[in-house]
Amino acid sequence: MARMTPEINAGSMADIAFLLLIFFLVTTTMDVDTGINRMLPPPIDPDAPEPPPVRERNVFVVLVDAQDRLLVEGEPGNIETLRERAKEFLLNEENDPNMPAKEERYIELLGDVEVSRGIISLQNDRGTSYEMYIAVQNELAAAVREIRDRVSRDYFGRAFRDLTIEDQVNAVRQKVPMAISEAEPKDVGG
Amino acid sequence: MSRFKKEVSKKTPKINTASLPDIIFMLLFFFMVTTVMRETTLYVRTSLPAATEIQQLERRSLVSFIYIGEPLQSQVFGTEPRIQLYDSFASVDDIASFIESERQATSEAERPLMTTSLKVDRDTKMGIVTDVKQELRLVNALRVNYSTLRGEVAGMRD
Repeated sequence: MARMTPEINAGSMADIAFLLLIFFLVTTTMDVDTGINRMLPPPIDPDAPEPPPVRERNVFVVLVDAQDRLLVEGEPGNIETLRERAKEFLLNEENDPNMPAKEERYIELLGDVEVSRGIISLQNDRGTSYEMYIAVQNELAAAVREIRDRVSRDYFGRAFRDLTIEDQVNAVRQKVPMAISEAEPKDVGG
Repeated sequence: MSRFKKEVSKKTPKINTASLPDIIFMLLFFFMVTTVMRETTLYVRTSLPAATEIQQLERRSLVSFIYIGEPLQSQVFGTEPRIQLYDSFASVDDIASFIESERQATSEAERPLMTTSLKVDRDTKMGIVTDVKQELRLVNALRVNYSTLRGEVAGMRD
């Protein structure tokens, strides 16, 4: 007669699994880390010669004061219109002499194109709230991203974030650089 | 007639629970895969601002976190925003050694890819954040990520 192996009681298996499940639920977090990536400028060498001044027409100054008010190019601004104004500045479609100059440059895959020399300069006060600072950073980044999307669609037929070939990504990056500079901290006041 | 009557059991039939462990294990694996281990206990409140132009942080082992916000135990530590590194409060001067120790823990080849994630409460003033950023520049930790949630930015919502 064949000997039968006794059946193992698996009734408590569920309890063990539950215990493990609860342990993982407690010790882990679900949040995915997302955020705005930025490069900080390298530290300033005190002995280095002063960089040549950037011409006024090439700089788009955004000031945020301690009351979270915006001063865009010397006049009171608004977070809702900031993106459009930044785009207008960087594109300079009518070649306004008060708007940034463009330089001819050869870029792989794009050929000879005009690259804007515009720089967005962001200054904030020590009293500015972090939420406002992020809002301004976000709108400026969105302006650059929208221009990149437009270029990317014109040349490669798809949005910038959908580009898969690295050379294409780099070409668009060169055509539309992320020219957002943060000034050395100083008190803007407010 | 009664001889045809079947004997009906009065007991409710037992539910087969043999597949219950499998279901629970499936849940367990789901949570193990989708979540990450909690590394620090937060002592400061960080309700993050929202933004649309966001990128996902990859390679968590290369990311160092700096938390800035109002202490959770405000009756003990006050309401002035504080910096938290690892599991304790820190001052701006501690950031250089913090970055240095994070660098030591990373292989040389991967050091240029290290990112500092700033988890800053949305009501914090920029003063303390600027100090931290200046300190990061001095130790050449230039890649930063302003941690935000996905959503419309403040002022655009209404």
